[in-house]
Amino acid sequence: MKTRISETFKKLRKLGKKAFIPYIMTGDPSLEKTKEIVLLFEECGADIVELGVPFSDPLADGPTIQRAAERALQNGTTLRTVLSFVSNLRQVTQIPLVLMTYFNPVFRYGTEDFISNARNAGIDGVIIPDLPPDEAGDFVRTSRSHGLDTIFLLAPTSTEKRIKRVTKASHGFIYYVAIAGITGANLLLDGSMEILIAHIRQYTENPIAVGFGVSTPDDAAHVAKLSDGVIIGSAIVKRLHENPDKLKDYLFSLRQAIT
Amino acid sequence: MPDRRGYFGIYGGRFVPETLMPALEELEEAFFHSLRDKNFQLQLTHLQKTYIGRPTPLYFAERLTEHLGGAKIYLKREDLAHTGAHKINNAVAQVLLAKMMGKKRVIAETGAGQHGVATATGAALFGLDCEIYMGTEDMERQVLNVFRMKLLGAKVTEVPTGSRTLKDAINEALRDWTSSVRTTHYVMGTVFGPHPFPVMVRHFQSVIGRETKRQILAAEGRLPDYLIACVGGGSNAMGLFYAFLADAVEMIGVEAGGKGIETGEHAARFAGGSIGVFQGCKSYLLQDNNGNVLGTHSVSAGLDYASIGPEHSFLKDSGRVRYAYATDDEALAAFELLSKTDGIIPALESAHALAEVGKRAPALSQNTLMVVNLSGRGDKDVQHVARIKGIKL
Repeated sequence: MKTRISETFKKLRKLGKKAFIPYIMTGDPSLEKTKEIVLLFEECGADIVELGVPFSDPLADGPTIQRAAERALQNGTTLRTVLSFVSNLRQVTQIPLVLMTYFNPVFRYGTEDFISNARNAGIDGVIIPDLPPDEAGDFVRTSRSHGLDTIFLLAPTSTEKRIKRVTKASHGFIYYVAIAGITGANLLLDGSMEILIAHIRQYTENPIAVGFGVSTPDDAAHVAKLSDGVIIGSAIVKRLHENPDKLKDYLFSLRQAIT
Repeated sequence: MPDRRGYFGIYGGRFVPETLMPALEELEEAFFHSLRDKNFQLQLTHLQKTYIGRPTPLYFAERLTEHLGGAKIYLKREDLAHTGAHKINNAVAQVLLAKMMGKKRVIAETGAGQHGVATATGAALFGLDCEIYMGTEDMERQVLNVFRMKLLGAKVTEVPTGSRTLKDAINEALRDWTSSVRTTHYVMGTVFGPHPFPVMVRHFQSVIGRETKRQILAAEGRLPDYLIACVGGGSNAMGLFYAFLADAVEMIGVEAGGKGIETGEHAARFAGGSIGVFQGCKSYLLQDNNGNVLGTHSVSAGLDYASIGPEHSFLKDSGRVRYAYATDDEALAAFELLSKTDGIIPALESAHALAEVGKRAPALSQNTLMVVNLSGRGDKDVQHVARIKGIKL
């Protein structure tokens, strides 16, 4: 299946480059601001953008993204508004977009309707941290038939059996969680990631992008060497709110580091 | 039994981040192995008898029966178990299992504080490190239990996010577990969460119903007509009901009606909820149209939760168990009533079950047998009730 995401990785691989995948919570602090940030990401050389959907109980997220979700919910951001936001966004950018959402908003929306509407809006892939492949049989089948990439997670705790199952269900790329932990935690570079990623590659041709805990350009450079792409979320969200003037420089420095 | 993937009908499953999946697979294997492990069974039975104080009595509440003037009311006295609630049955068993799995640390969420106290107790008993997550609002409602946990050597971590109650404590405990899963066991306190927790907690609580069956047969020579229990996550109810599911016994689960269903301030999932996926499983859930989880309210912290054990959802749909609710005021009245009629101060959670008894018993004949799970004692609630009544202690 050819998708905007798989084509992006193919192109990068040919050039010997790695993907820069920044994250932003949609609607934090407003949809206008999110649009501005997505365009800034593109300007700073992002290859794929990950858009968060706010949820009341984000159990895979650390404090930074929890707060971002709270702010977005207070502004009335819902899965529905995110989809119409993406439709509008598609008039100004063709950058690959991945949605990161918890499962209950999708379930409540109606899984099939969600897949078809997300695709129509211009979403290229979906990450649902609390939907492991074991529970995603229908979701994967329907997504496949609509050309929507299903991106599943692997973690340092993943066993052989889990790696087989996750790689089989994944399309677009595999999201390797750099740390056993939640988003925004500290990255520990102890050499184990290299071994684990090499292990995963035995089971899949799919690109592997690494996220959770990547915050400095040094982290990003290190991780980029081991993988096909680097996802940065909490550190960007934090800068957006604490030091917005420096955000652009920071994004450029990440882009430079990811080679 | 649920199916291989932990489903009771369409409810249950395992909806958690990938980081936790291997731990749940490991736990599932360890739990099913423990069922056949003589050593585990012997140790657990021994602890139930010598440490928890089982069997707990089945007490004929003569004065309450007289007062209500109808069905004959028995109380299953889980309030007399060590630490004062049924929670200890599950906590000690899970900590024993964790110890056998080689875990060094246990964590748990707590609402009313009873499960936190029970887990801290189990951790002290087996010499494991223990950390309990508790919402800020619950810590205020249950100051005594917070201090008890600390006395037992546990670290109590305040959760100031979200609604600052049980659901937020579970989120935080799950976040901890995601980061500590290699060395830590998460002692889920109720028949909720990802498989195998619902079936495992039910199993460890089912001793309540097995004893009740033996005891009522000894006392009355027949099975009861009614079983009544309060339902937060639903562990005391499943514990009582499970041994009777195949019998001709009517069962009623009582949810927290809070300030009334119409006010929106309640925790009656079957009265105001719809199917959702939350904190690891698919079940009834109080949620808005966009799938965000709604705030709940109950005078009792232990029932103040937005979802309900998946097996209860299955039993509701199948009609095997009926579900009712009692409001804060009804529960408070029942709390005072049992204290006066029988000299037993019930937990506010259990008082919800007693409120349902108060509604039904008078209309039933005197040879109707009703068993109520008195899931916990009310000492922990005394200060809170005094505050509600405007009494300064």
